[in-house]
Amino acid sequence: MVTLFLLLPLAGALLALFLPRERELDARWIALLFSGLAFAVSIVIFVTFDPDQNGYQFVDQFTWINPSGAGFEVQYFVGVDGLSAPMVLLLGLLSVVAVLVSFNIDERVKEYFAYLLLLETAVAGVFLSLDLIQFFLFWELELLPMYMLISIWGSGRNRYSAMKFLIYTLAGSAFMLVGFLVIGVDAGTFEISALTEMPPQDALIPLSLVFWAIMIAFLVKLPVFPVHTWLPDAHTDAPTAVSVMLAGVLLKMGGYGILRIALPILPEQAHDFRFVLAAIAGFSVLYGAVITLQQRDLKRLIAYSSVSHMGYVLLGIAALGAVGLSGAALQMFTHGTITGLLFVMVGLIYERTHTRDITSMSGLMHRMPLIGTVMLIAGLASLGLPGLSGFVAELTIFLGAFDAHPAATIAGIFGVVLAAGYILWMVQRIFHGPADEKWADLKDANCWWEHVAMGSLVVVIVAIGIFPGIITDSIESGIAPIAQIFEANL
Amino acid sequence: MTGWEQVYHIGPAVTLLGGAGVVLLADMILPRGRAPFALLTLLVLALAAGWAIWHANTGTTGPSFDGAVVTDRFALFFIFLFIAATAAVTIASTDWVKKLDLSAEYYALLLVAAGSMSLLVQGNDLILIFVALETTALVQYVLVGLTRRDRSAEAGIKYLISGAVAAGLMIYGFAFLFGTTGATSLDGIASFVQAGHEEARLPLTLGFVLVAAGFGFKMALVPFHGWAPDVYQGGPTPIISFLSVASKAGGFAIALRLFYTGLGGSETFISEDWAMMFGVLAVASMLFGNIAALVQTDLRRLLGYSSIAQAGNIAIGLAAVSTGSTLGPSGVMFFLATYVATNLGAFFAVIAISQRIGSYEIGDYAGLIRRSPMLAAILMLCLLSLTGIPPTAGFIAKIYIFNSAVQAGEQWLIVLVAVAVVNTAVSAYYYLRLARTMIVDDAKDEMTFRPTLSMQVVLVFAAVTVIFVGLVPAPLISAAQRAAETLQIQ
Repeated sequence: MVTLFLLLPLAGALLALFLPRERELDARWIALLFSGLAFAVSIVIFVTFDPDQNGYQFVDQFTWINPSGAGFEVQYFVGVDGLSAPMVLLLGLLSVVAVLVSFNIDERVKEYFAYLLLLETAVAGVFLSLDLIQFFLFWELELLPMYMLISIWGSGRNRYSAMKFLIYTLAGSAFMLVGFLVIGVDAGTFEISALTEMPPQDALIPLSLVFWAIMIAFLVKLPVFPVHTWLPDAHTDAPTAVSVMLAGVLLKMGGYGILRIALPILPEQAHDFRFVLAAIAGFSVLYGAVITLQQRDLKRLIAYSSVSHMGYVLLGIAALGAVGLSGAALQMFTHGTITGLLFVMVGLIYERTHTRDITSMSGLMHRMPLIGTVMLIAGLASLGLPGLSGFVAELTIFLGAFDAHPAATIAGIFGVVLAAGYILWMVQRIFHGPADEKWADLKDANCWWEHVAMGSLVVVIVAIGIFPGIITDSIESGIAPIAQIFEANL
Repeated sequence: MTGWEQVYHIGPAVTLLGGAGVVLLADMILPRGRAPFALLTLLVLALAAGWAIWHANTGTTGPSFDGAVVTDRFALFFIFLFIAATAAVTIASTDWVKKLDLSAEYYALLLVAAGSMSLLVQGNDLILIFVALETTALVQYVLVGLTRRDRSAEAGIKYLISGAVAAGLMIYGFAFLFGTTGATSLDGIASFVQAGHEEARLPLTLGFVLVAAGFGFKMALVPFHGWAPDVYQGGPTPIISFLSVASKAGGFAIALRLFYTGLGGSETFISEDWAMMFGVLAVASMLFGNIAALVQTDLRRLLGYSSIAQAGNIAIGLAAVSTGSTLGPSGVMFFLATYVATNLGAFFAVIAISQRIGSYEIGDYAGLIRRSPMLAAILMLCLLSLTGIPPTAGFIAKIYIFNSAVQAGEQWLIVLVAVAVVNTAVSAYYYLRLARTMIVDDAKDEMTFRPTLSMQVVLVFAAVTVIFVGLVPAPLISAAQRAAETLQIQ
């Protein structure tokens, strides 16, 4: 089942690539079909997933590399637990949204959708892998499609941004590989569950060094201050769909990696460094929020707000308790939907106004009431309005983190105040105020794909805001074994 | 053992060398310009390969020629590699050779090079090793200067002079080894070293450092790399493609043989010393090769510096000495096998492209994906493999060789791996910048073209190998491990 989810987008990518040139536009439908099928599979996985059962479900496993002389055994080992099931669902949903908002791509269409689908497969592999080397493989596989998507279909200084993204990620993952090898060689296995059950006690190099070698890759991806600078550039210059994928699922690879690998395998080191993590988190939240306030470019604004919001994820993680960790996992899901929606809206606005400069826009609500309304909903969710999904996640994080890290939590709460500032100010400047004559010809969202993309995300955001249980049941079952490690031993 | 039985042991080498004679003979007998030299060469290669397969299947092993020659899986592994590389170069250069009035000589020289390298990897005695190595080198000097144009002749002279210096250093080193141990056979040296003559540490060290200089020239390791960029740029590209893989493989093969068998693998007092030396050479090569490659605008120079950096990667396997483990040597062998496919693929694509566009400037490769999708796609695949991005053979090769270094269980080896992974990020910059030029940038010239049929055959074969080994690496890894086991002291 999960292998199907992994292979469907890849099959679509290959199919799209080999379309004859005169039927190039059919690549859109192929991409929609295959990402839609993958989404359907992800729904089936999520619905039939049983939170009361321990361990991984829908497991597929076989030995991939096991040469005669031993010493390098790598498995193909995929499955879902309560932690990855929501991530898979999020990926399935956002991939369909990304395909939909790309329907007006008219340049090198085949390649575009092939890269987009390949990206989905790579990220799916990261969320599903239960073997360290396999995890690393998919982690690296994600680089190429992302690099090409930003380089070819991006705008502005897209080449620079794409290369920056690539080098940051590669440099981070380089150390991660060293960490994986040291742990895996020491334990004689690369299987994540086996490593979780018997955390390494001692290795060739100090385990705290191993911990940071692995963490650096995840912190770059998350991203947090001071390794966040690739994110605003990548976001600003990426096409809309890529921004959606980047904010929606790629950043989650970082948080997911911490929860799946760094914490369970090296719990003692995580415990030792929890204050460092909390400090980074608290500072990131505030720094991201303050920088966001100063942005005039709509995409940069949301990109920096992501830095702030991902700081919450790290804050929840640094609490190392069931509540904080659940909040972090939930925040990853809700941020994916909310910021995904925000980037969809920015894309729609940019398509119409051809500018992302906030100060040059005014009174757009008169011209595009639907876009304005949905943007407002997304913004309110982003700043944590009760009744929408962002509130549930942030509240859970604060509840979980306050005892352990009061100062960082207070910084985080102050970040929410700033978030209200930058979101409402942005909405006010763009949509309200006097209607500018130069925007008189603008049309509201009028295509079916735009409606579906916006509508599906709004439904999810509202639904989780009202019934958080649909996601949290799964998340709590996934977090419980991790939280147990910390409650039992430390 | 009768004389004929001994010859039977070196059958593949004899076939190749004899085949060279047959090619030259055919040139005299057959009418000018009509003789199918390429086919004849391939026939000779097939015969040699058949003989090697026969050896492998019948399990022909053991010494011959009074122990100067040894037949084992290790030698056969490299003989296959040389034959495959020679066959690929033969097919790829059929069009280029037509312009040369020395086609019989060209093919004959290729066969002599392959034959003497086959003898080299079977060599178990310093004298035979020296003779085989110098035969190879002489052939290569002639090949590089073959077109007798200014650049080619200059490159040939440069190669000759630096090669002569390297050979001098190497024979000096051999003299130290012989003078210290009283033996020219590797078995004799091994028994001396294993007897634990610690007092002989200094002359032995002097010996192997000088020997490493000679071998390092073949492998293009810093600081014996000086010839590589100039020769790569000046020499005839088809010949350089052969040099870049075969000469490097030969150098590493004989280094493995001499250091693992002669200087006693991991079991002796001296092994840590030479392992460290290779570690230092690896670091220097990776750093220098990658940093110098960053600023290259000529593709041939870029590939030259990249080959230096890759030699550094491979040398990690030589440094990863560990008791009872074949991971280091098998890592070198597996990496070399993938490198042969990858680098030949890259070189052939460059040859096919540059023949049509008449330039080796990276800037002139802009928009190649539009002009020749097949060549651009294959070149990109090979660049990804050189970088080490999945799902290519190069990714597995890097992980495997890094793993072997961590498995060896020394802290300094982990530092070495850390340097290597950071270098991977650096190399991504220039490899992927080239990929970006081809795929993202706009073409200066819209004229489309396709490679010739013979070129297409080898290119597709190289590309399929790179992908196949990336997805199903186990058979090749097992072959490398079984071959490496025969290196260990019996």
